[in-house]
Parts: sequence; C-alpha cells; structure tokens
Amino acid sequence: MNGPQDLGGMMGFGPVRPEADEPVFHGEWEKRALALTLASAALGEWNMDMGRHARESLPPHIYLSVSYYEIWTRALANMLAERGMVTAEELAAARQLVPPVPTKKPKADKAQVAAALAKGSPYDRQVDQPARFALGERISTKVMHPATHTRLPRYARGKTGEIVAVHGAFVFPDSHAHGLGEQPQWCYGVKFSGRELWGPESDAGLEVIVDCWEPYLQDRAA
Amino acid sequence: MRALETVLLAKGYVDPDALDLIVETYETKIGPRCGAQVVAKAWVDPAYRQRLLADGTAAVAELSFAGRQGEHLKVVENTDQLHNLVVCTLCSCYPWPVLGLPPVWYKSAAYRSKAVMDPRGVLADFGVTLPPEKTIRVWDSTAEIRYLVLPQRPAGTEGLSEARLAELVTRDSMIGTGLPLAAGASQ
Repeated sequence: MNGPQDLGGMMGFGPVRPEADEPVFHGEWEKRALALTLASAALGEWNMDMGRHARESLPPHIYLSVSYYEIWTRALANMLAERGMVTAEELAAARQLVPPVPTKKPKADKAQVAAALAKGSPYDRQVDQPARFALGERISTKVMHPATHTRLPRYARGKTGEIVAVHGAFVFPDSHAHGLGEQPQWCYGVKFSGRELWGPESDAGLEVIVDCWEPYLQDRAA
Repeated sequence: MRALETVLLAKGYVDPDALDLIVETYETKIGPRCGAQVVAKAWVDPAYRQRLLADGTAAVAELSFAGRQGEHLKVVENTDQLHNLVVCTLCSCYPWPVLGLPPVWYKSAAYRSKAVMDPRGVLADFGVTLPPEKTIRVWDSTAEIRYLVLPQRPAGTEGLSEARLAELVTRDSMIGTGLPLAAGASQ
C-alpha cells in the first residue's frame, strides 16, 4: 500500500540527527515495547509480514509523528484488538475484563524465547520452478499500486535495472501479510542507477540496490 | 505501555521471565561489538574475508553470531572506488545479530527518505565527506536479506592486534554512515 512507511525520496524531514552515546533503550517503556512485541508474536496469531502491514496501516499523521517503538506498540495493540485478545476497554482499564482467547501457540517461556532469538526464522524456501531472470539481465519493475501489503517501494516502480543477485526463493510478503499463504517467489537484488530513479540531476556516482520478488519484475520495457 | 503489559500478563499471553530475557539479550549480549569482531577478523584473515563475502550468514556463525533478523546476512565491502550504505526505506530492517537493535536515527523518516536519493547529504549529516568520484551504492533492505558493511581497514594499523582493530570499528562504519576510527583513536 502507498502508506506512510514508503519514505524513499520524500523530502522535508530535515537532517538526520545521530545521537551521541545513544543508549540501547531510552527508558523502561522502550524495553517493554520491544519485549511485548516479540513475545506476543510468538503466539503465532500473526506473522512478520502481518506485523509490518499493521504498522504501515497506522494513519499517516500518526505514523510520521510518533517514535518507532510507539509505531510498534500501536500496531501491536491493534493486532491484539482485531483478534479479540486484548480489548480497547481492557487497555483503558489496565486490567483483564474478558477471558483470554485461544492462540495458535502457547505463550513462550524463557527457554523457548532464548531458542527462538538464537535460531531466528529463515524465510527462504525451496520452489520447483526455475528463476525467470538471470544475473546480469536488464529488467523493468512493474508500475503497481496495490492497496495491500507490498515491498516494492514507490521510487523503484516502473524503473529499469540490472539483476545483480539471485537470492533464492523467499516467502512472498504480498500474500503472507494477508493470510494467503507463503507462496514463495524468487527474490533478486536489482541495481538501479541514481539517474534512472531520480532523473538527470541525480548524483552520477549513485547506485541503489533494491531486493525485488519476481512478481514485481517484468521483461525490460521496450 | 504499562496497561498493555499488565493485561497481556494477566491473560497469560506472555511470560514475565521471557520478557526480561528479551530485554537483557539486546541490552547486554547482542550489539555492534559483535559486528566489530567480524570486521576485525576479516581485516587480518584473508581466507575469512573471502568466506564472509561469499556467505555472510555462515561466516558470521563461525564467531557464534546468528539468529533473529540475521537469518540471511550479506556482507558488502568498501573499496577505494566504492562506498556502501545500508537503509530500510520501508521499515527498520537491520542485521540484529551483528549490530544489535537499530539506533533511533536509522528508523527515522529523515534517514529513510534521504538515504536512497541523497546519500552524500546523509553522510554530510554525519560529518563524513567522500571523494566525489567515489561510487556510493545504497542497499535498501526491502526483503529478508540483511546487510553489513565491511569498511576499509584504516591506514597505519599494520601492527595492531585483531582485538585492537575491533576497537576501531564503529557501528556507523558497518552501516555506511561512518568510517572506522584512525589508528590510535578509541571510541
């Protein structure tokens, strides 16, 4: 979706402001935001792509004005509410008002969380069909504006680039974010020149690599 | 936040010890010193450098760094002609097992919007100027591959130990918004 998350090439946010001696967490609540987000995801009620979609579905004026941990927390609360796991009334009252609903997986204990963090969850998959595009091939990205989740940024749509990596097949976020299954697709690193993306005024020495799933790509436009 | 935690705990959806373990892991165990060890080893061990560039995930696992948000790791090398910069314009994708959690600026709209269009402007915000003829290659982490920059080894560090070299490797130098410290400096 053309949501507030798709920031590449926007202007007006001012300089990047690195923070000297930045702590890992700015206060206790950031620790809780991280921990609750990861621990709740372990219940199996949503996958990572659904989580991303919940964040980018926040209203743009909210998304662009709160901290990233607040984006996480608001999205988490929305996902819990949509599934009836934690109601808005419970959040307002700060206590349980209705019984918990069954979840796909039981809550993870300390040992299970440690194992999950150490192992991660690989998103590559085996597929039968061969890759459609080859290293070095010139391709074009599609012009597309799905109202649903996608990982092709607006700035890289309808552009011509070169395949510089064939990463293998990966879970397809456009379907996975909407409960339509993993539908693994080949994923490629595609290199674009700055001038292709931004026009003749762009830095001649700029290259941008965007990782693109095969359904985002087509034969080079004539 | 307090209300959310209270209700999740009361309803038995999360385990308090598991929450503490998550915080402790990213506060004390996993951070940019992990990545610095990887870089320093690549600087002193050419065979390791080759393995690292060929298969980042496997080479980093040799040093026991692995896990969430590092399942598919690719290491990209800076050279005299090329400078690499990593961003996630769509969210906050970042190689956790080698760099820890991303800093606030990495997740900011200012960085995410500007890095792909005006990386030299971003570098200027960090006080870094590169020769104009140097190519800048920006990696937008739109899929599940996570990128780590292998910066160039600073001049004058020939005699330094791997441990001392690791002290010169800043977090930002592994994202591409900075350069390693000069020989003799410390962070």
